[in-house]
Amino acid sequence: MTAPRDREVALVDLLDRLLAGGVMITGDITISLAEVDLVHVSLRALISSVQTLVES
Amino acid sequence: MADTVVYVYAVTEAAIAETLDAAAIVGIGGAPVRRVVSGGLAAVVSPVDATRFSEEALRRSLEDLQWLEDIARAHHAVVAAVARSGPVAPVRLATVYLDEANVRALLDDRAAGFAAALDRIRGRTEWGVKAFAARAEGGAEPPAADAARPGTSYLMRRRAERDRAARGHQDAVDAAEAVHREISTVAVASRRYPPQDPRLSGHREEMVLNAAYLVDQVGADALRRLVEDDRAAQSLRMELTGPWAPYSFATLDEP
Repeated sequence: MTAPRDREVALVDLLDRLLAGGVMITGDITISLAEVDLVHVSLRALISSVQTLVES
Repeated sequence: MADTVVYVYAVTEAAIAETLDAAAIVGIGGAPVRRVVSGGLAAVVSPVDATRFSEEALRRSLEDLQWLEDIARAHHAVVAAVARSGPVAPVRLATVYLDEANVRALLDDRAAGFAAALDRIRGRTEWGVKAFAARAEGGAEPPAADAARPGTSYLMRRRAERDRAARGHQDAVDAAEAVHREISTVAVASRRYPPQDPRLSGHREEMVLNAAYLVDQVGADALRRLVEDDRAAQSLRMELTGPWAPYSFATLDEP
């Protein structure tokens, strides 16, 4: 895992807030994924990406 | 130019939005942001490619880490730019409207809720506090191997190690709860997030606290002192992030 770049927030901290925080309003285009699924999907993507980094 | 839809980053007061140099704030895909004003409120938005932000495309894109990171960082940059000017209610990632008229309708429909949310966070900032269980060191030595009864002493040693680990874990959890209670007394509000996966946080230690706190200036100083206080250092390693725009506390009451 690389250290966060200068003044750059860690993506995982940002996703905590952007996927589970923020004002939740229903836009015109809604992904019908429940928020839990959204977190799950993105975490799965993150995990597989991190694993790829470790392996390469 | 491809058809565009309207991506909403945040809602703020119209007077605050007026002071923004919108052309200098760049959103997703490098497009400068725009203000959508109605009454005393303004949404900060930018046009995004309609084909990339359809329901179907979004569903696929969320699996793409690079896409997710680009969007999250662009979203964050806009929110941070607005937050420098005044109270801001960040909107959840990937909130998209077909046109600006619909965004204005949103501001009208939820005007009271947004006004209340902005009042709640005015002059306050969010700080993130994470605590990790420090690696247990020292403590009772496990029983030495007994050459005559290798099987028994192996099991005893394993059990002693397990007990020690469990005690260390419980100590860390208790210490984290105590820290959380203490910080909560200097905060206006707090919110707990699930512990981050070690594979994502990049830390081997177990995360025992992942929380956000909304504080005023005095509270921020007190919070920082509490986190830097080393009373809990025996069982915890603390990490402070912030100040954040109030992502965790900009919530709308039910209409």
